Amino acid sequence: MTKLTQKEDSAVSHADAPDMQRSDRVSVAGERRGDTARAMEIGDTTVGNVRCADAFVTAEKVNVYYGDNHAIKDVTLEISRSEVIALIGPSGCGKSTFLRCLNRMNDTIESARVTGRITLDGQDIYSKELDPVALRARVGMVFQKPNPFPKSIYDNVAYGPRIHGLAADRSELDAIVHTSLDRAGLLKEVKDRLDEPGTGLSGGQQQRLCIARTIAVNPEVILMDEPCSALDPIATARIEDLMDELSQNYAIVIVTHSMQQAARVSKRVAYFHLGHLVEVDDTDRIFTNPQHKLTEDYITGRIG
Amino acid sequence: MTRSKNVSRQKVEAGLKQRRRRERWFQMLGLLATTIGVVFLLVFFSTLISKGSSAFMQTHIMLDVEYSAEIISPDGKPDTVYADYDAIIRNALMEIFPEVTDRRERRDLQRMVSIGAGYQMRAVIERDPSLIGTRQSIVVPAAANVDMVVKGNIDRDIDENLRPVSDRQLAWIDRLDAEGKLVTQFNTALFTNGDSREPELAGIRGALMGSLYMLVVTIVLAFPVGAAAAVYLEEFAPRNRWSDLIEVNINNLAAVPSIVFGLLALAVFINWMSLPRSAPLVGGLALSLLTLPVIIIASRAAIKSVPPSIREAALGVGASKMQVVFHHVLPLALPGMLTGAIIGMSRALGESAPLLMIGMVAFIVDVPAGFTDPATALPVQIYLWADSPERAFAERTSAAIIVLLGFLLLMNLTAVILRKRVERKW
Repeated sequence: MTKLTQKEDSAVSHADAPDMQRSDRVSVAGERRGDTARAMEIGDTTVGNVRCADAFVTAEKVNVYYGDNHAIKDVTLEISRSEVIALIGPSGCGKSTFLRCLNRMNDTIESARVTGRITLDGQDIYSKELDPVALRARVGMVFQKPNPFPKSIYDNVAYGPRIHGLAADRSELDAIVHTSLDRAGLLKEVKDRLDEPGTGLSGGQQQRLCIARTIAVNPEVILMDEPCSALDPIATARIEDLMDELSQNYAIVIVTHSMQQAARVSKRVAYFHLGHLVEVDDTDRIFTNPQHKLTEDYITGRIG
Repeated sequence: MTRSKNVSRQKVEAGLKQRRRRERWFQMLGLLATTIGVVFLLVFFSTLISKGSSAFMQTHIMLDVEYSAEIISPDGKPDTVYADYDAIIRNALMEIFPEVTDRRERRDLQRMVSIGAGYQMRAVIERDPSLIGTRQSIVVPAAANVDMVVKGNIDRDIDENLRPVSDRQLAWIDRLDAEGKLVTQFNTALFTNGDSREPELAGIRGALMGSLYMLVVTIVLAFPVGAAAAVYLEEFAPRNRWSDLIEVNINNLAAVPSIVFGLLALAVFINWMSLPRSAPLVGGLALSLLTLPVIIIASRAAIKSVPPSIREAALGVGASKMQVVFHHVLPLALPGMLTGAIIGMSRALGESAPLLMIGMVAFIVDVPAGFTDPATALPVQIYLWADSPERAFAERTSAAIIVLLGFLLLMNLTAVILRKRVERKW
């Protein structure tokens, strides 16, 4: 219903500093506040660029309802094969809901209903032929609160490969566990105590254990739902480094409340607001030159 | 308008005294309630132990018996069916009290030894026939009245006619005591015998085994069924009007008076399915029905308390619903489920009302050897003994209660140990 006006002075000189601190970027965006006529309201279309080259996950006109509550409205987004895309937005905006659509975790909520089409590598993930169990082996997930199983560190990582029958024998399983822990940057710290409970690790280690558990299944996409919100800055930094490394092999979709984090780790950013996908663009553009008023308000701290 | 900080402070301080007073009152009330509970418990246990502990000891009489060949093997070989073993006891008594010649007096004398003594003689001979023709010193149980006199439970000073023991018998007891022929031994009969009309021969073995068989039936049926129902209702069943209806009914079922389950068992298991009356099998079935709702409710609560993050984690790596339940939810819920099962079992162990309806309130002497043998249960046995007029059954009633409580304690201990072993932290 509302027309979205394109921002007129799109290219501003500050946009060319990718290593710039987030605070700088915000002030940059803040300085320009109000100097352009830009989109003011939530519309039917998303500003920026929802498409990408080499799309691996495609969401087309996705709507999610929790009973009568329309949680996600007509979201269309493409995610490429090896990129980190951050979903940001105020609480309750639907970013986690959208994330959970991508591995059908919403199936576990009885009142949830999903319409539209989501494809993974061209295959409709909501089609009847696709078993959600198989999907979740391809689309791994890391949760907000570190949630290792109350089992040993080894069993935590070995659980996925075991249930999917990925390892033929014990030595193969050992290899998977070691590689996964290594890639999650945890091997050095835990290699002598693999049979100790995973719940005995520190918060940051637990979260890396959860990442190791996820990559042990060898997924194609990793979904991360605020993976660092329960961690201290040092543990956060380690996880962020890890994401950077992992992004070479996996498509990573991360929900975060920290715009610094989004700026640091992601290549693209999607801004959600009240169930609408308001703006999607390259990270630099979003933080230096947001095209939608709501995006700008959010990143400058006026909403949320 | 800004409020004055002083006024606020004064208001807080003014109310503070009353708040503190209320807090003290509440603490006092709590302390009082706890004290009352503890006092009642102490009174309960002290009366129980003071009344019941004496039943664990039993007075015996030491006799020099002659296994006379004339009596035992009139035909040359031991007769274990018709031989008058009581005569051996009679003769031994006559040797101690040669002055007793009157028939009535002799009968009185004989009554001081338990009628079980004759059977004991027979058992001795059956075990070792080479004793025939020898003299042996043997300890036989005294009659319950003698036991009561020795334990001081019968008042010697009241009129002879009001006393179950005659003056003559009192004198004999004193003489036996003086000669050192009265010995007090551990009452093994209490644990090895079934029920009996003679208090000194009555034991709780039959009831204990009956209870045990019933509990086996109950746990074997109720725990798997209850756990499976809880898992299904909590994890798989869709939430709709039907599941609500089922939930309400299970909760109501937990509150149904237990005798109703007895009626149900009578109608269904005995009348319709023609299962044997008085059998631990039927008792166990009735008690399963009784404990099922308790187990379901406790198991559901235990399953509900498993953090959803564990479920999500398992689903997230691609576990199927069943794998989530069996690999993660059940191991974490098991301690709670076991607790529920033990609470249910404890309740079942203490039940007597439903057993009345299915014929388990019967005088059964034989110790049941299987699930379909006639049996009673511990609480029923307690009820039966409490109902008996003999003074000696009073202490046995208390003793049986102590055994029942010991049984319960053992079960709870097992539960605690089991829970500790399966408990996992997260």
